[in-house]
Formats: sequence, C-alpha cells, structure tokens
Amino acid sequence: MTTNLSRRPEPRVPASAPALEVRGLVKHYPGVKALDGVDLVVRRNEVLGLAGENGAGKSTLLKALVGLVRPDAGEIWVRGEKVRLGSITDAANHGIGMVFQEQSLVPNLTAAENIVLGSEGPGVRHGIYRWNTLRRLAQEQLDKIGSHIDPLARTDSLTFADRQMVEIAKVLRIEERTSHPPVIILDEPTSVLESKEIETLFTQVRRLREFASVVFVSHRLDEVLDVCDRVAVLRGGRSVGEVPAAEAAPAELHRMMIGSTGSDDHYHGAAAERRDEPRRPRLVVRGLSGRSFRDVDLDVHAGEIVGIVGVHGSGREDVCRALFGAEPTTAGDVVLDGEKLDLSGTRAACAAGVGYVPAERKTEGMVGPMSVADNMTLTKQKSRCTGPVVRPGKQAKLVDGWIERLSIRTPDRGTAIQRLSGGNQQKVVLARWLVAGDVRLLLLDHPTRGLDVGARSEVYRLLRELANQGVAMVLLADSLEEAIGMSDRIVVMSDGRATTEVAAPTGDKPTPLDLVKEMV
Amino acid sequence: MTVTSPADADLEVVHARRPRPRRGVSLRDAGPPVALVVVFGVFAALSPGFRTLSNVQNVLDAAAVLTVVTCGITFVLMMGSIDLSAPGIMGASAIAVALLVANNRNDNDFGLLGVVVAVLLGAGLGCLSGLALVTLKVPSFMTTLGISAVGLGVATLMFAGVQPNVSDRMLEGLAVERFLGLAHLTWIAFACVLVGWLVQRYSRLGRYAFAIGGAEEVLALSGVRVAPYKVAVFTMAGAFYGLAGVMVTSQLGAGLVQAGKGYDFSAIAAAVVGGTLLIGGRGGILHSAVGVLLVTVLTNGLVQIGVSPYWQGGVQGLIVVAAVAAAVIPQRRRNQVTK
Repeated sequence: MTTNLSRRPEPRVPASAPALEVRGLVKHYPGVKALDGVDLVVRRNEVLGLAGENGAGKSTLLKALVGLVRPDAGEIWVRGEKVRLGSITDAANHGIGMVFQEQSLVPNLTAAENIVLGSEGPGVRHGIYRWNTLRRLAQEQLDKIGSHIDPLARTDSLTFADRQMVEIAKVLRIEERTSHPPVIILDEPTSVLESKEIETLFTQVRRLREFASVVFVSHRLDEVLDVCDRVAVLRGGRSVGEVPAAEAAPAELHRMMIGSTGSDDHYHGAAAERRDEPRRPRLVVRGLSGRSFRDVDLDVHAGEIVGIVGVHGSGREDVCRALFGAEPTTAGDVVLDGEKLDLSGTRAACAAGVGYVPAERKTEGMVGPMSVADNMTLTKQKSRCTGPVVRPGKQAKLVDGWIERLSIRTPDRGTAIQRLSGGNQQKVVLARWLVAGDVRLLLLDHPTRGLDVGARSEVYRLLRELANQGVAMVLLADSLEEAIGMSDRIVVMSDGRATTEVAAPTGDKPTPLDLVKEMV
Repeated sequence: MTVTSPADADLEVVHARRPRPRRGVSLRDAGPPVALVVVFGVFAALSPGFRTLSNVQNVLDAAAVLTVVTCGITFVLMMGSIDLSAPGIMGASAIAVALLVANNRNDNDFGLLGVVVAVLLGAGLGCLSGLALVTLKVPSFMTTLGISAVGLGVATLMFAGVQPNVSDRMLEGLAVERFLGLAHLTWIAFACVLVGWLVQRYSRLGRYAFAIGGAEEVLALSGVRVAPYKVAVFTMAGAFYGLAGVMVTSQLGAGLVQAGKGYDFSAIAAAVVGGTLLIGGRGGILHSAVGVLLVTVLTNGLVQIGVSPYWQGGVQGLIVVAAVAAAVIPQRRRNQVTK
C-alpha cells in the first residue's frame, strides 16, 4: 500500500475532460427501477447540486459512484477514461470519495484514526501503530481544510460540525491515491447541523472547489441553490434537466423534481376552508418551567394549529416533550379542556387524549420490524383488545379502515413498517393517535422531517383535516416557511421563554423575516 | 447580570454547547478504580487480617488465573461480541499440558514445548469460534458455547477416565516458587496484562477490535475487511484461555476437565465491573484488570471479615450487580442527551 501511495500515476487525458461523467446508468432492484438511464457530468472545480425527491434515484446513483452499487448498464467515466468501480477502494483509487449521510465515523476512536482508517499507510507498520506518524498524517489532512481540531481527541467528544470536518478531512485522503483533483460527494451534509455550522460548511465547500469537484446533495433546495454552481435534477431514476444555480428559483426546481406545478406554498390554501368561530382555549399553559425553559404561557384552541419557532437552544423541543410528560417540569399549570393535565409521565398524557409525534421517527416514532397494524395500535391497546386478549379481527377492521382513510400505501396491514416510505410511516405514526378517536391535542415535533415534497404535502393535508375536525395542535416545523404555512398562530421562543406571538391567519401571513427578527 | 448583545449571547451558547475534546482517560473511567480503593479501604479498616502484606499477596496470587482469562475475553467484549468458550478451552489445554509434560499417564516430557502446544490448542479452538462467527454468521454467543462443549469433549477424550498427575518440576514450580513475594503465575498474569495493553494501544488488531465495537459498518465503508480481525481476536482470546488452563494445571498439579469451570461468567463479570461493557467499544485491558482485582478483593475481604461462607456467593452477586448498575447509569444518561 505504501508503494502505491508514493507512485502517483501521470495524467494522461486532456484537461478539458470533465472530472466525472455518467452515461445511461441503469440499476434494477426487484420490482423497482432505481436508475433508468441517468446522465450526469461533473466538471472540474465546480460544485454540482443533485436534487430529487425521495426515490428519485439519488442515493443509488451516489452509491454507484463510490462502488457500493454495481449498475446493470451504463458507463462511468473519470477524466475521459471509462472505469469500473467494484468497491469503495476502487472509487478512492480513481479519486472519488463520499461523505455519507449518516455520519460515518467510529465514535470511540480518535479523530486521527478515523481520518486514516483503512489507509493508514506509514502510520501502521507490520500491524503496529506509530502514533506520531498517524497524528502527523491526520494533521496534514486537517490543515488542508484549515481545521483546528485536535487529532487525538476522541471523535464522540467532538461537535457534529467538527465531526463533519473530520469526515471531509478523511475523504480528502483519496488525494494520496491519485494525482488528479478529487471528486468529493457530500450526501445530505447539513441534516445534522445548525444554521451557523451550515455557514461554516458552505465556506468549506467553496474552499474545496478550489482544488476539487464537489457533488452536493440536500433536501433543502435553498441550500442547494446557495452553495452550488449548477443543479442537476433527477426524477424517477432519470435525469430531467439541469440549471445554473444563479438563475434558478426553488419553485422552479420543485417543479422539475415533482414533474408538475407543485409549489412551496400549496399548504397555505387548505387553511381557508377552516371554520372560524370563537372558541375557548382547549389547552391553557401558564408559567410552565423546566430545565431549559421558563414561564412559558401558551393557549391552543380546538381546531387550531399553533407553531412554535425558535433557534436551537430556544427550548421549544423540551416544551413540546414536557406537555407530553416526557420531560420533567419544575413549575406551571397545564389545563386541557378545563381539567388539569398530569405531566408526571407519558401514560397520563396519553390517557388524557394528548398525542405526540416525535422528531426521530425511526428510533422514537415506530417499532421498525413490527407490522403496520401493530404500530398503529401500539398506544391505544384498548382499540384492538377485549380485556388482555388481542382480537385480530377487531384490529384488522380498525387498521384497514385507517389505511384507507389516510391512503397509506402499504402492501397490507401485516407489512413491517420499516418497509414503507417515510411519508407512509409518518401517517401510521399519526394514525396511532387517531384509532381510539379520543385525541384532543397533538404535539408534532418536526412531523415532516426527512420527507420529500410529495409526502410532505400529504402530511400537511392530513394535519389540516384533523384540525378541521377539532384537534388542537402544537407544531414544531422543519422550516420557517412550513411553520408560517401551517400555523394559525406562531409563538416565538427565545432562550427558554415564549417572547412573542404572531398571528398567521390565511391571507395575512407573516414573512420569515418578520419571525427571524423576533427570534434573535 | 451583565447585559450582552445578542451576538455575544449567541457565541456563549455555541461555546457552552461545545464539549471539551476528550483524550485518553477521563473522569468517567474513574468509577471502578475509586470503588477498588474504597472497597479495599473498608475491608482494611474492618479486618486486621485483611490488611497484612501476606494477604495482599494472597489476593494477587488468587487473581492470576482470572486475570489471564479476562485479558482474552476483554478483546472479544470490546468488539461487542461475547465469549463463553473459556471453560471448554481451559479444560482441553489443562488436560493437554498435563499429558505433554512429565506425568503419570505416559512417557512424555516435553516441558515448555508442552505448554506452548497447549496454548496453541487454545488458540486453535478460539480460531474455530471466530471462523464459525464470520463464515457461518452464527452469533458469537452460540459459536463460543458450542466451542466450549467441543473443548470439554476433547478434554474428556484425552482424560479417558484416569487423572493425569503432573510431575514436571518447571510446571509445578510456576505455582509454588515466588519472586518478590508473588508466585510466578502472578507475574505471568502481569505480563499478560502488559501484552494485552500493548496490543490494545499499539496494534492494528487491538485498535480495530475497539473500532468494531464502536461502529462496524464504518470500517466496511472505509474499505477495511473486518472478518480477519474478528477471527484474530477470538484466536488471541483462545490463546489466553489456553494459558489459563495451563496455569490451573500448574496450581492443581493435575489435569482436570473441569479446570475452567465458571471462569466464563467470572471473567465477563470482572470485565464489566471494570467498565468493559457488553455493548462493545468501551473499556479495555486496564479497566478489566481493575475489575478482576475488585472481584477478588471482594471475595477475599468477605472471608476475612468473617462473612459466613453460605452467604458469600449471594452477597458477592449482589455487589457485582450493584457495581455494574453504577457503571451503566452514567452511560445511559449520556446516550439520552446525545439523541
């Protein structure tokens, strides 16, 4: 391996060839055509955005580019040379590296070890670690991106943003294998970062462009347009076009992604159908205090959606969990429909008709290998039982009814929920609170996180319907736009306090800027 | 309270959230050593018999075999696997070494070579566990349980109904002769800890075992072939058990099929008490060594303060569970925060 590192191949192709080119890539999975003839060109020293809904083929394409997926047909060209990528090592030898969506560092190793993992070179001789050499190798990588992380720090003691820098430093190790400028793929790199950290990442991406090509993938179109030079759009496993980022608008990209005139604000309209009559508040919160929030007052009427917005650390997630009895409180009264709500635990909240949709769907919202039916009836056991005995017939009837009502796309009720798409999973999670018909208040913690545009709009429609049926909702939205579009009223939280309340009736919505002013 | 501008306040928040990078040892790891000191102190205060130099020597000598077994099991636990093969492998190597050195059953007199062969037998059996794990994809719990049975079977065949008594001077001497007040076996155990620590700290095998317990998928995504390292770890563990079997034979002066009885769970308990948790990627050799001392001090101390032998097993079990609970609670809280 050491000899390979030192003997760098000479460039043999004209400088004008694109860094990476994909021609007619096809990949079938049983029952699905993940890639259906994708063409893509990545030029030198550019940041190429890759946009597409869930299931458009983005991840399959990226995996093919780093040798994790073998395409059924089509060609991959690197700098004018046709290549076959059989493994992640092959891809690295051709100068292609990827920063994976799920952060892929070993948490209990040092940053230095992670950076050189699998290609330790002179850092390990005959199986024996040379810590000084290892540290120096890692430091060289960190210096490339101007990071000041201590190479000997344990990775799990670093912030997410720092870990991402470690990942970028790690992926740049492929420069040791080739003399060509590398192609760096960033798959959803912003999903775990705060806005400030995202800025740092973008600065880094622009720096990478100086000596590398970057492929940038994100659900957030504003980010894609912000940091990329060019955006290529995938739909249904095909390339449907590309636009220079400078000229494109998010709405235009959306249109290309979903292939129709869906627009960012389609969920505004539905609110108009709502009946609007004076009601007494269903939920009254007075002086609620806990570890990260103080003196929070909040009113929510039946049929009303109240959004809570705030920067990270504003305490809004904890307020949401506290109302469900999942976070300890130190003071305050919560009254639901005239009765004091017991916040001592989640059982009491469930019994009182409070439902909670957690932000982490996969780990907190559902039991992956369990069936759709069992997930749906998980909380309200009475809905499927007579005494302690589960009645399969009763459960089947109930679950099938809700699958139809919410148009949940699943082969049948016995399918493991983890095999469904994110949007359909989320509908099952919501249905869990609906099956007993006693839900009065829904606490929604990022209910559309990780969903694509189409699935989002279905969730929006569903929430709006529920509101129209009189369910009160507290919404922590994924974005300000979503909070504004969905909410009737918006409470701004800052530093653990509810500081401002902004009305957001249909037809008179505040702008994101209005809210940001209050949040800081 | 001073007035800060919003920007300053923001910076403070960012700063406060940033955990300090941790290098090597941290306070979190201090629990078991502190517990060891406290337990030692309590027994020393309660019992004059406990605080004598000869008793401290006894404790260390008594810990020797368990230390060697725990050295092996620690690497397996660090990977997040489990190993129940110690009793079988120890039994096989105990009988094997007894039959290879000077004994009453045959005319063999291979001396040190016999010891080496017994250790290699252990390594071979461990290697089988590892191979079954990576090629047949059988969980380590089952493969090692099976290999333990195989080891006992091999031992029983070799035992053949007549107990081999050892007459080899060198082997018998290991348990009897002393250097600086400690039996040679105890020094062997120290050497094992040192070797284990060097492997853990400075070898790719040790670091990868640690990494496999931390995030195995990441290694695969980094182009590392994990399987050979897993096999190597089980092989190394087997070698440690083989050596432990030899040590038991040295202590007893005879080869017994049951030489390793109970060592699997004692070693796991000692490792976990020391902070080498079953989830993998935590702890290490030094943690486990502290765990072994803690468990041994506990056994010895309960005898010294006169706790009825009928009570000892139960009391010891309770203390082990309490110690593990104390080790795991901060862990759980931390995970909840990082979620």
